[in-house]
Amino acid sequence: MNQDRVAICREIREETVRCIGSIGVGHIGGCLSLVEILGSLYFKHMHIDPLQPHLPGRDRLIVSKGHAGPAVYATLAVRGYFPREELLTLNASGTNLPSHCDMHKTVGIDMTTGSLGQGFSCAVGIAVGSKLANDNATIYAIIGDGESQEGQVWEAAMFAGNRKLNNLIAFTDYNNLQIDGTVSEVNDIAPLDDKWRSFNWNVIVIDGHDFAQIDQAILAAKAQDKPTMIIAKTIKGKGVSFVETKGAGNHNMPFSMEDAQRAIAEIRGEA
Amino acid sequence: MSSREMREVFSSSLKQMMEQDSRVVLVDADLAKASGTTGIHAEFADRALDCGVAEANMVSLAAGLASYGYVPFITTFAPFATRRVCDQLAISVCYARQNVKIVGTDPGVSAELNGGTHMGLEDIGVIRSLVNMVIFEPVDAIQLEQAMPVIRDYEGPVYIRLYRKALPDVFPADYKFDLFQADTIKSGTDVTIFASGILVQESVQALELLKQEGIDAELINIHTIKPIDREAVIRSAKKTGCVVTAENHSTIGGLYSAVAEVLSAECPTVMQAIGMDNAFGEVGKLPYLMQRYQLTKEDIVRTCKSVIAKKNAQK
Repeated sequence: MNQDRVAICREIREETVRCIGSIGVGHIGGCLSLVEILGSLYFKHMHIDPLQPHLPGRDRLIVSKGHAGPAVYATLAVRGYFPREELLTLNASGTNLPSHCDMHKTVGIDMTTGSLGQGFSCAVGIAVGSKLANDNATIYAIIGDGESQEGQVWEAAMFAGNRKLNNLIAFTDYNNLQIDGTVSEVNDIAPLDDKWRSFNWNVIVIDGHDFAQIDQAILAAKAQDKPTMIIAKTIKGKGVSFVETKGAGNHNMPFSMEDAQRAIAEIRGEA
Repeated sequence: MSSREMREVFSSSLKQMMEQDSRVVLVDADLAKASGTTGIHAEFADRALDCGVAEANMVSLAAGLASYGYVPFITTFAPFATRRVCDQLAISVCYARQNVKIVGTDPGVSAELNGGTHMGLEDIGVIRSLVNMVIFEPVDAIQLEQAMPVIRDYEGPVYIRLYRKALPDVFPADYKFDLFQADTIKSGTDVTIFASGILVQESVQALELLKQEGIDAELINIHTIKPIDREAVIRSAKKTGCVVTAENHSTIGGLYSAVAEVLSAECPTVMQAIGMDNAFGEVGKLPYLMQRYQLTKEDIVRTCKSVIAKKNAQK
Protein backbone atom coordinates (compact mmCIF):
# COMPACT_ATOMS: atom_id res chain seq x y z
CA MET A 1 0.00 0.00 0.00
CA ASN A 2 2.82 2.36 0.85
CA GLN A 3 4.44 1.57 -2.46
CA ASP A 4 1.15 2.35 -4.17
CA ARG A 5 0.93 5.61 -2.36
CA VAL A 6 4.43 6.55 -3.43
CA ALA A 7 3.29 6.15 -7.02
CA ILE A 8 0.00 7.92 -6.37
CA CYS A 9 1.69 10.87 -4.72
CA ARG A 10 4.17 11.05 -7.56
CA GLU A 11 1.19 11.39 -9.90
CA ILE A 12 -0.47 14.01 -7.68
CA ARG A 13 2.77 15.97 -7.57
CA GLU A 14 3.15 15.78 -11.35
CA GLU A 15 -0.45 16.83 -11.93
CA THR A 16 -0.04 19.70 -9.47
CA VAL A 17 2.98 21.18 -11.21
CA ARG A 18 1.38 20.65 -14.64
CA CYS A 19 -1.79 22.32 -13.37
CA ILE A 20 0.08 25.40 -12.15
CA GLY A 21 2.40 25.38 -15.18
CA SER A 22 -0.64 25.63 -17.45
CA ILE A 23 -1.39 29.16 -16.21
CA GLY A 24 2.24 30.16 -15.55
CA VAL A 25 1.96 31.23 -11.92
CA GLY A 26 0.57 29.84 -8.69
CA HIS A 27 0.83 28.86 -5.04
CA ILE A 28 3.20 26.02 -5.76
CA GLY A 29 5.14 25.85 -2.48
CA GLY A 30 2.16 25.26 -0.20
CA CYS A 31 0.65 22.85 -2.71
CA LEU A 32 3.67 20.56 -2.89
CA SER A 33 4.07 20.47 0.89
CA LEU A 34 0.64 18.82 1.20
CA VAL A 35 0.90 16.04 -1.37
CA GLU A 36 1.56 13.12 1.00
CA ILE A 37 -1.21 14.25 3.35
CA LEU A 38 -3.74 14.69 0.52
CA GLY A 39 -2.75 11.38 -1.07
CA SER A 40 -3.10 9.58 2.25
CA LEU A 41 -6.49 11.10 2.99
CA TYR A 42 -8.12 10.51 -0.40
CA PHE A 43 -6.51 7.15 -1.17
CA LYS A 44 -6.44 5.50 2.24
CA HIS A 45 -8.33 7.15 5.06
CA MET A 46 -11.38 9.04 3.84
CA HIS A 47 -14.68 7.27 3.32
CA ILE A 48 -15.65 8.87 0.05
CA ASP A 49 -16.97 7.89 -3.34
CA PRO A 50 -15.87 9.99 -6.33
CA LEU A 51 -19.02 8.89 -8.14
CA GLN A 52 -21.19 10.23 -5.31
CA PRO A 53 -19.39 13.43 -4.32
CA HIS A 54 -22.33 14.69 -2.22
CA LEU A 55 -23.01 11.43 -0.41
CA PRO A 56 -24.47 12.23 3.03
CA GLY A 57 -22.36 10.96 5.90
CA ARG A 58 -19.16 10.91 3.82
CA ASP A 59 -15.88 11.98 5.36
CA ARG A 60 -15.01 15.56 4.48
CA LEU A 61 -11.87 17.60 4.02
CA ILE A 62 -11.81 21.33 4.51
CA VAL A 63 -8.60 22.86 3.17
CA SER A 64 -8.70 26.08 5.11
CA LYS A 65 -5.48 27.22 3.45
CA GLY A 66 -7.58 27.54 0.31
CA HIS A 67 -4.63 28.59 -1.86
CA ALA A 68 -3.60 24.92 -1.94
CA GLY A 69 -6.46 24.45 -4.42
CA PRO A 70 -4.26 23.11 -7.26
CA ALA A 71 -2.90 20.26 -5.10
CA VAL A 72 -6.42 19.39 -3.98
CA TYR A 73 -7.68 19.47 -7.57
CA ALA A 74 -4.82 17.24 -8.69
CA THR A 75 -5.66 14.78 -5.92
CA LEU A 76 -9.37 14.81 -6.79
CA ALA A 77 -8.61 14.27 -10.48
CA VAL A 78 -6.22 11.39 -9.79
CA ARG A 79 -8.86 9.94 -7.45
CA GLY A 80 -11.43 10.10 -10.27
CA TYR A 81 -13.68 13.03 -9.36
CA PHE A 82 -13.14 14.68 -12.75
CA PRO A 83 -10.92 14.19 -15.81
CA ARG A 84 -7.25 15.03 -15.43
CA GLU A 85 -7.35 17.20 -18.57
CA GLU A 86 -9.50 19.66 -16.63
CA LEU A 87 -6.48 20.42 -14.42
CA LEU A 88 -5.06 22.40 -17.33
CA THR A 89 -7.91 24.93 -16.96
CA LEU A 90 -6.63 26.31 -13.63
CA ASN A 91 -7.59 29.99 -13.42
CA ALA A 92 -8.49 30.08 -17.10
CA SER A 93 -11.47 32.29 -17.95
CA GLY A 94 -14.67 30.58 -16.85
CA THR A 95 -12.81 27.73 -15.14
CA ASN A 96 -14.16 25.36 -12.51
CA LEU A 97 -10.73 25.39 -10.87
CA PRO A 98 -10.02 28.75 -9.23
CA SER A 99 -6.87 29.49 -7.20
CA HIS A 100 -8.79 29.04 -3.98
CA CYS A 101 -11.16 26.16 -3.23
CA ASP A 102 -14.81 26.76 -4.18
CA MET A 103 -17.38 24.09 -3.33
CA HIS A 104 -19.81 25.40 -5.92
CA LYS A 105 -17.35 25.23 -8.79
CA THR A 106 -15.29 22.10 -8.23
CA VAL A 107 -16.71 18.62 -7.76
CA GLY A 108 -15.38 17.10 -4.54
CA ILE A 109 -14.58 20.33 -2.69
CA ASP A 110 -16.38 20.26 0.66
CA MET A 111 -16.08 23.93 1.64
CA THR A 112 -15.26 27.23 0.00
CA THR A 113 -12.07 28.63 1.51
CA GLY A 114 -9.50 31.31 0.87
CA SER A 115 -10.02 33.97 3.52
CA LEU A 116 -7.65 32.47 6.06
CA GLY A 117 -8.98 31.19 9.35
CA GLN A 118 -12.57 30.91 8.19
CA GLY A 119 -12.40 27.42 6.73
CA PHE A 120 -11.23 26.07 10.04
CA SER A 121 -14.32 27.44 11.80
CA CYS A 122 -16.43 25.97 9.00
CA ALA A 123 -14.76 22.60 9.66
CA VAL A 124 -15.68 22.89 13.33
CA GLY A 125 -19.28 23.66 12.33
CA ILE A 126 -19.28 20.65 10.00
CA ALA A 127 -17.95 18.47 12.81
CA VAL A 128 -20.79 19.71 15.03
CA GLY A 129 -23.22 18.95 12.19
CA SER A 130 -21.88 15.43 11.84
CA LYS A 131 -22.23 14.85 15.58
CA LEU A 132 -25.83 16.12 15.47
CA ALA A 133 -26.55 13.84 12.51
CA ASN A 134 -24.82 10.99 14.32
CA ASP A 135 -23.46 9.78 11.00
CA ASN A 136 -19.99 8.74 12.22
CA ALA A 137 -18.21 10.83 9.60
CA THR A 138 -14.66 11.99 10.19
CA ILE A 139 -14.06 15.63 9.39
CA TYR A 140 -10.54 16.51 8.27
CA ALA A 141 -9.14 20.02 8.07
CA ILE A 142 -5.83 21.44 6.91
CA ILE A 143 -4.60 24.83 8.06
CA GLY A 144 -1.41 26.65 7.22
CA ASP A 145 1.24 27.67 9.69
CA GLY A 146 0.99 31.28 8.55
CA GLU A 147 -2.79 30.91 8.75
CA SER A 148 -2.34 29.98 12.41
CA GLN A 149 -1.60 33.64 13.07
CA GLU A 150 -5.29 34.37 12.44
CA GLY A 151 -7.21 34.90 15.67
CA GLN A 152 -10.21 33.04 14.26
CA VAL A 153 -8.19 29.80 14.22
CA TRP A 154 -7.91 30.01 17.99
CA GLU A 155 -11.57 30.90 18.48
CA ALA A 156 -12.41 27.74 16.58
CA ALA A 157 -9.74 25.74 18.42
CA MET A 158 -11.14 26.75 21.80
CA PHE A 159 -14.67 25.76 20.82
CA ALA A 160 -13.70 22.39 19.29
CA GLY A 161 -11.47 21.48 22.23
CA ASN A 162 -14.08 22.37 24.79
CA ARG A 163 -16.78 20.45 22.89
CA LYS A 164 -14.51 17.39 22.58
CA LEU A 165 -15.16 17.16 18.84
CA ASN A 166 -13.24 13.91 18.43
CA ASN A 167 -14.59 13.49 14.90
CA LEU A 168 -12.35 16.40 13.87
CA ILE A 169 -8.81 15.63 12.73
CA ALA A 170 -6.79 18.65 11.68
CA PHE A 171 -3.36 19.09 10.14
CA THR A 172 -1.08 22.08 10.35
CA ASP A 173 1.12 22.32 7.26
CA TYR A 174 4.16 23.46 9.26
CA ASN A 175 6.69 24.36 6.61
CA ASN A 176 7.72 27.47 8.57
CA LEU A 177 7.43 29.73 5.53
CA GLN A 178 4.95 32.47 4.77
CA ILE A 179 4.86 35.25 2.19
CA ASP A 180 7.00 37.76 4.08
CA GLY A 181 9.63 35.31 5.35
CA THR A 182 9.92 32.48 7.82
CA VAL A 183 7.04 32.08 10.23
CA SER A 184 9.57 32.25 13.08
CA GLU A 185 10.73 35.67 11.92
CA VAL A 186 7.44 37.23 10.85
CA ASN A 187 5.33 36.34 13.89
CA ASP A 188 6.29 33.06 15.49
CA ILE A 189 3.63 30.50 16.30
CA ALA A 190 5.97 28.27 18.36
CA PRO A 191 5.57 26.40 20.59
CA LEU A 192 2.71 25.18 18.42
CA ASP A 193 2.24 21.79 20.10
CA ASP A 194 1.89 23.41 23.52
CA LYS A 195 -0.60 25.91 22.13
CA TRP A 196 -2.90 23.22 20.78
CA ARG A 197 -2.53 21.11 23.91
CA SER A 198 -3.51 24.08 26.03
CA PHE A 199 -6.66 24.44 23.88
CA ASN A 200 -7.63 20.90 24.94
CA TRP A 201 -6.60 19.16 21.74
CA ASN A 202 -4.72 15.92 21.31
CA VAL A 203 -1.47 16.81 19.55
CA ILE A 204 0.76 14.61 17.40
CA VAL A 205 3.88 15.93 15.70
CA ILE A 206 4.94 14.11 12.54
CA ASP A 207 7.01 14.33 9.39
CA GLY A 208 4.29 15.36 6.95
CA HIS A 209 5.93 13.54 4.07
CA ASP A 210 6.13 10.15 5.84
CA PHE A 211 3.18 7.88 5.05
CA ALA A 212 3.68 5.63 8.07
CA GLN A 213 3.66 8.60 10.43
CA ILE A 214 0.58 10.10 8.72
CA ASP A 215 -1.26 6.76 9.03
CA GLN A 216 -0.30 6.23 12.64
CA ALA A 217 -1.34 9.75 13.57
CA ILE A 218 -4.77 9.38 11.95
CA LEU A 219 -5.37 6.01 13.61
CA ALA A 220 -4.32 7.43 16.97
CA ALA A 221 -6.57 10.45 16.45
CA LYS A 222 -9.58 8.24 15.80
CA ALA A 223 -9.13 6.62 19.20
CA GLN A 224 -9.26 9.96 21.02
CA ASP A 225 -12.08 11.53 23.00
CA LYS A 226 -11.07 15.00 21.79
CA PRO A 227 -10.06 16.64 18.52
CA THR A 228 -6.56 16.02 17.23
CA MET A 229 -4.11 18.44 15.70
CA ILE A 230 -1.47 16.66 13.64
CA ILE A 231 1.40 19.10 13.33
CA ALA A 232 2.96 18.02 10.06
CA LYS A 233 6.50 19.25 9.61
CA THR A 234 6.81 19.76 5.87
CA ILE A 235 9.00 21.30 3.23
CA LYS A 236 7.41 24.06 1.21
CA GLY A 237 7.85 23.10 -2.43
CA LYS A 238 8.66 19.49 -1.51
CA GLY A 239 9.92 17.32 -4.34
CA VAL A 240 10.98 20.06 -6.75
CA SER A 241 14.44 21.29 -5.80
CA PHE A 242 14.33 24.60 -7.67
CA VAL A 243 11.06 25.44 -5.95
CA GLU A 244 12.25 24.32 -2.52
CA THR A 245 15.35 26.53 -2.73
CA LYS A 246 13.24 29.63 -3.38
CA GLY A 247 12.17 29.52 0.26
CA ALA A 248 9.54 32.13 1.09
CA GLY A 249 9.64 33.15 -2.58
CA ASN A 250 7.81 29.97 -3.57
CA HIS A 251 4.50 30.95 -1.99
CA ASN A 252 3.06 32.28 -5.25
CA MET A 253 5.68 32.27 -7.99
CA PRO A 254 5.95 32.32 -11.76
CA PHE A 255 6.03 28.72 -12.97
CA SER A 256 5.98 27.97 -16.68
CA MET A 257 5.12 24.76 -18.50
CA GLU A 258 8.88 24.40 -19.09
CA ASP A 259 9.37 24.63 -15.31
CA ALA A 260 6.68 22.00 -14.97
CA GLN A 261 8.52 19.67 -17.37
CA ARG A 262 11.77 20.13 -15.43
CA ALA A 263 9.87 19.47 -12.21
CA ILE A 264 8.22 16.34 -13.59
CA ALA A 265 11.59 14.96 -14.67
CA GLU A 266 12.84 15.45 -11.13
CA ILE A 267 9.70 13.95 -9.60
CA ARG A 268 10.14 10.89 -11.83
CA GLY A 269 13.79 10.62 -10.85
CA GLU A 270 14.89 11.34 -14.39
CA ALA A 271 16.70 14.58 -13.70
CA MET B 1 -48.29 48.48 23.07
CA SER B 2 -47.89 44.77 22.50
CA SER B 3 -47.51 42.92 25.75
CA ARG B 4 -44.73 40.86 24.24
CA GLU B 5 -41.12 41.89 23.77
CA MET B 6 -39.76 41.40 20.27
CA ARG B 7 -37.03 39.08 21.56
CA GLU B 8 -39.68 36.98 23.25
CA VAL B 9 -41.56 36.68 19.96
CA PHE B 10 -38.28 35.82 18.22
CA SER B 11 -37.23 33.19 20.73
CA SER B 12 -40.64 31.55 21.07
CA SER B 13 -40.95 31.35 17.26
CA LEU B 14 -37.45 29.93 17.03
CA LYS B 15 -38.15 27.40 19.76
CA GLN B 16 -41.32 26.31 18.02
CA MET B 17 -39.43 25.88 14.75
CA MET B 18 -36.73 23.86 16.51
CA GLU B 19 -39.41 21.60 17.93
CA GLN B 20 -40.90 21.04 14.48
CA ASP B 21 -37.77 21.07 12.32
CA SER B 22 -34.59 19.26 13.33
CA ARG B 23 -32.58 21.31 10.82
CA VAL B 24 -32.99 24.51 12.83
CA VAL B 25 -30.06 25.33 15.09
CA LEU B 26 -29.40 28.26 17.43
CA VAL B 27 -25.89 29.69 17.85
CA ASP B 28 -25.28 32.44 20.39
CA ALA B 29 -22.15 34.39 21.28
CA ASP B 30 -22.56 35.03 25.01
CA LEU B 31 -25.69 37.13 24.56
CA ALA B 32 -28.31 34.44 24.97
CA LYS B 33 -29.85 36.36 27.85
CA ALA B 34 -30.04 39.55 25.82
CA SER B 35 -31.44 37.72 22.80
CA GLY B 36 -34.01 35.95 24.95
CA THR B 37 -32.75 32.51 23.95
CA THR B 38 -31.69 31.16 27.34
CA GLY B 39 -34.77 28.94 27.52
CA ILE B 40 -33.89 27.34 24.19
CA HIS B 41 -30.46 26.38 25.50
CA ALA B 42 -32.13 24.72 28.46
CA GLU B 43 -34.42 22.70 26.22
CA PHE B 44 -32.11 21.86 23.31
CA ALA B 45 -28.75 20.85 24.72
CA ASP B 46 -27.55 19.63 21.33
CA ARG B 47 -28.96 22.10 18.80
CA ALA B 48 -28.45 25.25 20.86
CA LEU B 49 -24.78 26.24 20.90
CA ASP B 50 -22.97 29.09 22.59
CA CYS B 51 -19.66 30.05 21.00
CA GLY B 52 -18.79 32.49 23.75
CA VAL B 53 -17.39 35.88 22.87
CA ALA B 54 -16.09 34.79 19.47
CA GLU B 55 -18.31 36.18 16.74
CA ALA B 56 -16.02 35.40 13.80
CA ASN B 57 -16.02 31.74 14.76
CA MET B 58 -19.78 31.84 15.27
CA VAL B 59 -20.42 33.05 11.71
CA SER B 60 -18.10 30.61 9.92
CA LEU B 61 -19.10 27.74 12.20
CA ALA B 62 -22.73 28.44 11.27
CA ALA B 63 -21.73 28.35 7.60
CA GLY B 64 -20.23 24.91 8.22
CA LEU B 65 -23.47 23.77 9.85
CA ALA B 66 -25.45 25.15 6.91
CA SER B 67 -23.23 23.23 4.49
CA TYR B 68 -24.28 20.12 6.39
CA GLY B 69 -27.96 20.88 5.82
CA TYR B 70 -28.79 22.75 9.00
CA VAL B 71 -30.49 26.15 9.21
CA PRO B 72 -28.57 28.07 11.85
CA PHE B 73 -29.88 31.25 13.47
CA ILE B 74 -26.97 33.15 14.99
CA THR B 75 -27.47 36.01 17.42
CA THR B 76 -25.55 38.86 18.96
CA PHE B 77 -25.82 42.66 19.11
CA ALA B 78 -26.26 44.25 15.68
CA PRO B 79 -22.75 45.75 15.32
CA PHE B 80 -21.09 42.47 16.30
CA ALA B 81 -23.32 40.50 13.91
CA THR B 82 -22.31 42.69 10.96
CA ARG B 83 -19.51 45.27 11.27
CA ARG B 84 -17.28 42.97 13.30
CA VAL B 85 -17.70 39.92 11.07
CA CYS B 86 -18.08 41.50 7.66
CA ASP B 87 -15.53 39.23 5.96
CA GLN B 88 -16.96 36.09 7.55
CA LEU B 89 -20.40 37.09 6.26
CA ALA B 90 -18.95 37.95 2.85
CA ILE B 91 -16.97 34.74 2.35
CA SER B 92 -18.16 31.94 4.67
CA VAL B 93 -21.83 32.84 4.23
CA CYS B 94 -22.49 34.82 1.03
CA TYR B 95 -19.67 33.71 -1.27
CA ALA B 96 -19.99 30.09 -0.11
CA ARG B 97 -23.80 30.45 -0.53
CA GLN B 98 -24.65 29.14 2.94
CA ASN B 99 -28.12 29.38 4.40
CA VAL B 100 -27.36 31.25 7.62
CA LYS B 101 -29.83 33.53 9.42
CA ILE B 102 -28.12 36.40 11.23
CA VAL B 103 -29.95 38.10 14.08
CA GLY B 104 -28.53 41.46 15.15
CA THR B 105 -30.24 42.87 18.21
CA ASP B 106 -30.41 46.39 19.66
CA PRO B 107 -29.93 48.13 16.32
CA GLY B 108 -28.99 51.79 16.14
CA VAL B 109 -29.81 54.01 19.08
CA SER B 110 -31.87 51.25 20.71
CA ALA B 111 -28.61 50.04 22.28
CA GLU B 112 -29.35 52.90 24.70
CA LEU B 113 -27.10 52.65 27.77
CA ASN B 114 -24.49 50.50 26.03
CA GLY B 115 -23.68 53.60 24.03
CA GLY B 116 -21.68 54.36 20.92
CA THR B 117 -19.58 51.18 20.85
CA HIS B 118 -22.70 49.03 20.75
CA MET B 119 -24.80 51.10 18.37
CA GLY B 120 -25.00 49.48 14.99
CA LEU B 121 -25.62 52.59 12.94
CA GLU B 122 -23.84 51.34 9.86
CA ASP B 123 -24.80 47.65 9.98
CA ILE B 124 -27.13 47.87 6.99
CA GLY B 125 -24.61 49.92 5.06
CA VAL B 126 -21.84 47.43 5.83
CA ILE B 127 -23.70 44.33 4.68
CA ARG B 128 -26.07 45.68 2.02
CA SER B 129 -23.34 45.33 -0.60
CA LEU B 130 -22.81 41.65 0.25
CA VAL B 131 -24.13 39.58 -2.64
CA ASN B 132 -27.55 38.01 -1.98
CA MET B 133 -27.76 39.15 1.63
CA VAL B 134 -31.40 39.82 2.52
CA ILE B 135 -31.87 42.55 5.14
CA PHE B 136 -35.09 42.48 7.15
CA GLU B 137 -36.12 44.80 9.98
CA PRO B 138 -39.39 43.83 11.67
CA VAL B 139 -41.84 46.47 12.77
CA ASP B 140 -43.94 44.77 15.40
CA ALA B 141 -44.64 41.45 17.07
CA ILE B 142 -47.41 40.52 14.64
CA GLN B 143 -45.09 40.91 11.67
CA LEU B 144 -42.09 39.22 13.29
CA GLU B 145 -44.13 36.18 14.25
CA GLN B 146 -45.24 35.70 10.64
CA ALA B 147 -41.77 36.44 9.31
CA MET B 148 -39.86 33.80 11.26
CA PRO B 149 -41.03 30.67 9.39
CA VAL B 150 -40.85 32.55 6.08
CA ILE B 151 -37.21 33.39 6.81
CA ARG B 152 -36.48 29.80 7.81
CA ASP B 153 -37.93 28.56 4.53
CA TYR B 154 -36.18 31.16 2.39
CA GLU B 155 -33.03 29.52 1.00
CA GLY B 156 -30.22 32.00 1.60
CA PRO B 157 -28.70 34.40 4.11
CA VAL B 158 -31.06 36.77 5.91
CA TYR B 159 -30.10 39.48 8.39
CA ILE B 160 -32.82 40.16 10.96
CA ARG B 161 -32.33 43.58 12.51
CA LEU B 162 -34.14 43.01 15.76
CA TYR B 163 -35.30 45.63 18.26
CA ARG B 164 -35.48 43.65 21.51
CA LYS B 165 -38.15 45.30 23.62
CA ALA B 166 -41.91 45.68 23.36
CA LEU B 167 -43.28 47.89 20.57
CA PRO B 168 -46.75 49.24 19.79
CA ASP B 169 -48.52 47.09 17.24
CA VAL B 170 -48.67 48.68 13.82
CA PHE B 171 -50.32 45.87 11.92
CA PRO B 172 -53.82 44.44 12.48
CA ALA B 173 -54.29 40.83 13.56
CA ASP B 174 -55.27 39.82 10.00
CA TYR B 175 -52.02 41.22 8.53
CA LYS B 176 -50.47 39.12 5.75
CA PHE B 177 -46.69 39.25 5.61
CA ASP B 178 -44.64 39.07 2.43
CA LEU B 179 -40.87 39.17 2.90
CA PHE B 180 -40.31 40.98 -0.37
CA GLN B 181 -43.31 43.34 -0.42
CA ALA B 182 -43.46 46.65 1.36
CA ASP B 183 -46.60 47.49 3.37
CA THR B 184 -48.64 50.61 2.73
CA ILE B 185 -49.67 51.64 6.21
CA LYS B 186 -51.53 54.75 5.04
CA SER B 187 -52.22 56.06 1.57
CA GLY B 188 -51.70 59.74 0.86
CA THR B 189 -50.96 62.19 -1.93
CA ASP B 190 -48.71 64.98 -0.65
CA VAL B 191 -45.53 63.21 0.46
CA THR B 192 -44.28 59.64 0.93
CA ILE B 193 -42.59 58.52 4.12
CA PHE B 194 -40.61 55.33 3.63
CA ALA B 195 -39.83 54.09 7.14
CA SER B 196 -38.14 51.09 8.70
CA GLY B 197 -37.88 49.61 12.19
CA ILE B 198 -38.81 51.78 15.15
CA LEU B 199 -39.12 54.79 12.87
CA VAL B 200 -42.33 53.23 11.55
CA GLN B 201 -44.05 53.74 14.91
CA GLU B 202 -42.63 57.25 15.05
CA SER B 203 -43.93 57.90 11.54
CA VAL B 204 -47.39 56.64 12.47
CA GLN B 205 -47.47 59.32 15.16
CA ALA B 206 -46.15 61.88 12.69
CA LEU B 207 -49.12 61.12 10.42
CA GLU B 208 -51.46 62.58 13.04
CA LEU B 209 -49.48 65.79 13.31
CA LEU B 210 -49.26 66.07 9.53
CA LYS B 211 -52.99 65.60 9.25
CA GLN B 212 -53.53 68.46 11.70
CA GLU B 213 -51.49 70.63 9.35
CA GLY B 214 -53.53 69.53 6.36
CA ILE B 215 -50.82 67.33 4.89
CA ASP B 216 -51.96 64.02 3.42
CA ALA B 217 -48.89 61.81 3.80
CA GLU B 218 -48.41 58.27 2.53
CA LEU B 219 -46.58 55.92 4.91
CA ILE B 220 -44.88 52.83 3.57
CA ASN B 221 -43.05 50.36 5.74
CA ILE B 222 -39.91 49.00 4.13
CA HIS B 223 -39.26 45.94 6.30
CA THR B 224 -36.95 44.40 3.71
CA ILE B 225 -34.29 46.92 2.86
CA LYS B 226 -32.55 44.47 0.54
CA PRO B 227 -33.86 43.52 -1.91
CA ILE B 228 -36.04 46.60 -1.68
CA ASP B 229 -39.56 46.53 -3.13
CA ARG B 230 -38.67 48.68 -6.15
CA GLU B 231 -42.19 48.72 -7.50
CA ALA B 232 -43.66 50.07 -4.25
CA VAL B 233 -40.97 52.75 -4.03
CA ILE B 234 -41.45 53.93 -7.60
CA ARG B 235 -45.24 53.79 -7.48
CA SER B 236 -45.49 55.92 -4.35
CA ALA B 237 -42.80 58.41 -5.37
CA LYS B 238 -44.54 58.97 -8.70
CA LYS B 239 -47.82 59.55 -6.90
CA THR B 240 -46.66 62.02 -4.25
CA GLY B 241 -43.63 63.56 -5.97
CA CYS B 242 -41.53 63.88 -2.83
CA VAL B 243 -40.02 61.47 -0.35
CA VAL B 244 -38.80 61.31 3.24
CA THR B 245 -36.97 58.23 4.47
CA ALA B 246 -36.91 57.49 8.20
CA GLU B 247 -34.52 54.98 9.74
CA ASN B 248 -32.70 54.18 12.96
CA HIS B 249 -29.41 54.01 11.04
CA SER B 250 -26.85 56.18 9.33
CA THR B 251 -28.22 58.10 6.37
CA ILE B 252 -25.30 56.59 4.42
CA GLY B 253 -25.79 53.05 3.16
CA GLY B 254 -29.18 52.28 4.68
CA LEU B 255 -32.79 52.93 3.71
CA TYR B 256 -32.14 56.45 2.38
CA SER B 257 -29.44 55.09 0.07
CA ALA B 258 -31.53 52.10 -0.99
CA VAL B 259 -34.53 54.28 -1.91
CA ALA B 260 -32.31 56.85 -3.63
CA GLU B 261 -30.67 54.13 -5.71
CA VAL B 262 -34.07 53.10 -7.05
CA LEU B 263 -35.49 56.55 -7.59
CA SER B 264 -32.39 58.09 -9.16
CA ALA B 265 -32.57 55.48 -11.90
CA GLU B 266 -36.31 55.18 -12.35
CA CYS B 267 -37.99 58.37 -11.17
CA PRO B 268 -35.74 61.14 -9.80
CA THR B 269 -37.61 62.58 -6.84
CA VAL B 270 -36.75 65.17 -4.24
CA MET B 271 -35.80 63.34 -1.06
CA GLN B 272 -34.66 64.03 2.49
CA ALA B 273 -33.55 61.68 5.21
CA ILE B 274 -34.33 61.11 8.86
CA GLY B 275 -31.44 59.16 10.33
CA MET B 276 -28.00 59.46 11.85
CA ASP B 277 -26.16 62.14 9.90
CA ASN B 278 -22.51 61.01 9.93
CA ALA B 279 -22.68 60.76 13.72
CA PHE B 280 -21.68 58.22 16.35
CA GLY B 281 -24.17 57.31 19.00
CA GLU B 282 -23.80 57.93 22.72
CA VAL B 283 -25.27 56.61 25.93
CA GLY B 284 -28.82 57.61 26.77
CA LYS B 285 -32.39 56.41 26.98
CA LEU B 286 -34.32 56.10 23.76
CA PRO B 287 -36.43 59.30 24.05
CA TYR B 288 -33.30 61.36 24.67
CA LEU B 289 -31.41 59.72 21.80
CA MET B 290 -34.34 60.14 19.39
CA GLN B 291 -34.33 63.86 20.17
CA ARG B 292 -30.56 64.17 20.20
CA TYR B 293 -30.31 62.74 16.68
CA GLN B 294 -33.52 64.28 15.32
CA LEU B 295 -35.42 61.02 14.85
CA THR B 296 -38.72 62.12 16.41
CA LYS B 297 -42.18 62.55 14.93
CA GLU B 298 -41.67 66.32 15.03
CA ASP B 299 -38.50 65.90 12.97
CA ILE B 300 -40.41 63.77 10.49
CA VAL B 301 -43.12 66.44 10.19
CA ARG B 302 -40.52 69.19 9.71
CA THR B 303 -38.74 67.17 7.06
CA CYS B 304 -41.97 66.34 5.25
CA LYS B 305 -42.80 70.05 5.07
CA SER B 306 -39.32 70.81 3.80
CA VAL B 307 -39.47 68.24 1.06
CA ILE B 308 -42.98 69.35 0.02
CA ALA B 309 -41.69 72.93 -0.25
CA LYS B 310 -38.87 71.73 -2.46
CA LYS B 311 -41.30 69.83 -4.63
CA ASN B 312 -43.52 72.90 -4.98
CA ALA B 313 -40.52 75.08 -5.80
CA GLN B 314 -39.73 72.79 -8.70
CA LYS B 315 -43.15 73.24 -10.26
